[in-house]
Amino acid sequence: MSNYYQKEIETMPVEQMKRLQSEKLVKQVRHVYENVPYYKNLMDEKGVKPEDIHGIEDLHKLPFLTKADLRDAYPYGLLAKPLEDCVRIQSTSGTTGRRVVAFYTQNDVDLWEDCCARAIVAAGGSNKDVCQVAYGYGLFTGGPGLNGGSHKVGCLTLPMSSGNTDRQIQFMTDLSATILCCTPSYAAYIGETLKEKGYGPDDIPLKAGIFGAEPWTEEMRRNIEETLGIKAYDIYGLTETSGPGVSFECEEQTGMHINEDHFLAEIIDPDTGEVLPEGEKGELVFTALDKEAFPLLRYRTRDICVLSRKPCSCGRTLIKMAKPMGRTDDMLIIRGVNVFPSQIETVLLNEGYQPNYQIVVDRANNTDTFEVHVEMSPEQFTDMVSEVQKLEKQLAGALKTMLGINPAVHLVPPKTITRSEGKAVRVVDKRKLI
Amino acid sequence: MAIKQLTAFLANKQGTLASVTKILSDAGVNLRALSIAETEEFGILRMIVNDETTAEKALAGAGSLIKVTEVVGVKIGDEPGKLTAALEVLDRAGINLEYLYAFMARTEKHAYVVLRVADNAAAEKALTDAGFYLIRQADIEKL
Repeated sequence: MSNYYQKEIETMPVEQMKRLQSEKLVKQVRHVYENVPYYKNLMDEKGVKPEDIHGIEDLHKLPFLTKADLRDAYPYGLLAKPLEDCVRIQSTSGTTGRRVVAFYTQNDVDLWEDCCARAIVAAGGSNKDVCQVAYGYGLFTGGPGLNGGSHKVGCLTLPMSSGNTDRQIQFMTDLSATILCCTPSYAAYIGETLKEKGYGPDDIPLKAGIFGAEPWTEEMRRNIEETLGIKAYDIYGLTETSGPGVSFECEEQTGMHINEDHFLAEIIDPDTGEVLPEGEKGELVFTALDKEAFPLLRYRTRDICVLSRKPCSCGRTLIKMAKPMGRTDDMLIIRGVNVFPSQIETVLLNEGYQPNYQIVVDRANNTDTFEVHVEMSPEQFTDMVSEVQKLEKQLAGALKTMLGINPAVHLVPPKTITRSEGKAVRVVDKRKLI
Repeated sequence: MAIKQLTAFLANKQGTLASVTKILSDAGVNLRALSIAETEEFGILRMIVNDETTAEKALAGAGSLIKVTEVVGVKIGDEPGKLTAALEVLDRAGINLEYLYAFMARTEKHAYVVLRVADNAAAEKALTDAGFYLIRQADIEKL
């Protein structure tokens, strides 16, 4: 039997949860309609009034919000509270266009930190734990979110932020950190560095890790669990809804429980916008039920996902979402493995490359071939063939760790990746022609 | 003492080399020596030119990935055994050779060898001590 941070909510009977969600939704729609002209216009265009929403059964009547709306409304267009009531912003990296700026009232921050606290307790955390937060601190939600959650649980919090791996390891070992929170790729990197320094899984006191903010594979999970001697828990979230803690894994590790008292989830058909029944694969959509400052209704995440209400052995009744299986925009399946260009971009940035790359997928002898072409930067170039090949090998290794499959990496001269209308063509899938 | 080598990173594709040499000839640059190391996917073109500043500017301006590396140039007699003698000097000094290429002088009866080693200073000292003449950047321009 599991420990809970907020037992009453986390184990609430489903019907009661739905009633709670309905009550909150009715109030939230009114709050947004009255305070966010941008969304009021969308509702008016659709002919929906707040009084048409009596509960979650009417959710489908509301208009969607997309990334494009966030861009159009930047920076204040979706703000639902006066700035006097806001205490914080967080922001995205802005790699896919204009950055998202999300606003928080003190209550928003509190509820978000509660969500992260639920994740930490589900990973076995308590006030006896030392929680090392190695997510970036600052505009990125990872560090502040888990830091706040760790405080709420009462862990001794090590606010490390990301990077400086030697220092991470020093604090981890000197202060006996028991929980590590960071991106899965950084966890893998810390694991490798520990191994190089001669630490085995039994030499480090870590018992659990809470890893998210980027897609990762089951193979990566097993690798991290083995090298660090821990149980690795997935956590999901996005700046648009708050940050990490929208959903989290329990010890069953079969999907992430959505904090559905705060975030109402739907799965829709990405093409028609039609709501799909539970268990069907489609685009994940969130409605923030409690957020005051930046309450997005029916926000389309572009993550492809499945929801499930199958009872969980941990005792939580919160609905579960599978690890996102891709994006509505750019998912590739190579040798049966989901590959997102965003994962490749993450690795390139981590390895010091510019994200100028092209994925070439083909099929030879009934097997997918997988090449990643990357433009070499002047700093990396040397006059030696062996050095170039070494760089290619290193990058292929880093991509393998992230994706679970081995690409052939080819470094190419700058500006040789095909660009159409100024935008690089990221994926060339020749298999479609067969 | 070392001389400057221009290195370009090229895709291993038909016509790439001609496009590079065209940029150089348009800029009025004369090639003294060149060598290519190639793999299936890419080539590394190494050049000694009469005017490396102009050449670098022209190639970089055209978007090529260019690097200037200092290499050792040694003058040897154009007869059997002279290259071996120079290489033996390096070998005795414990200097590992990454690659080399050679070119002939137009008038005098000797050749020049371009040597790429990890430690230029050590190679220069070993060769000078053994009585070899090392060519300088100023020599290249006059060749």
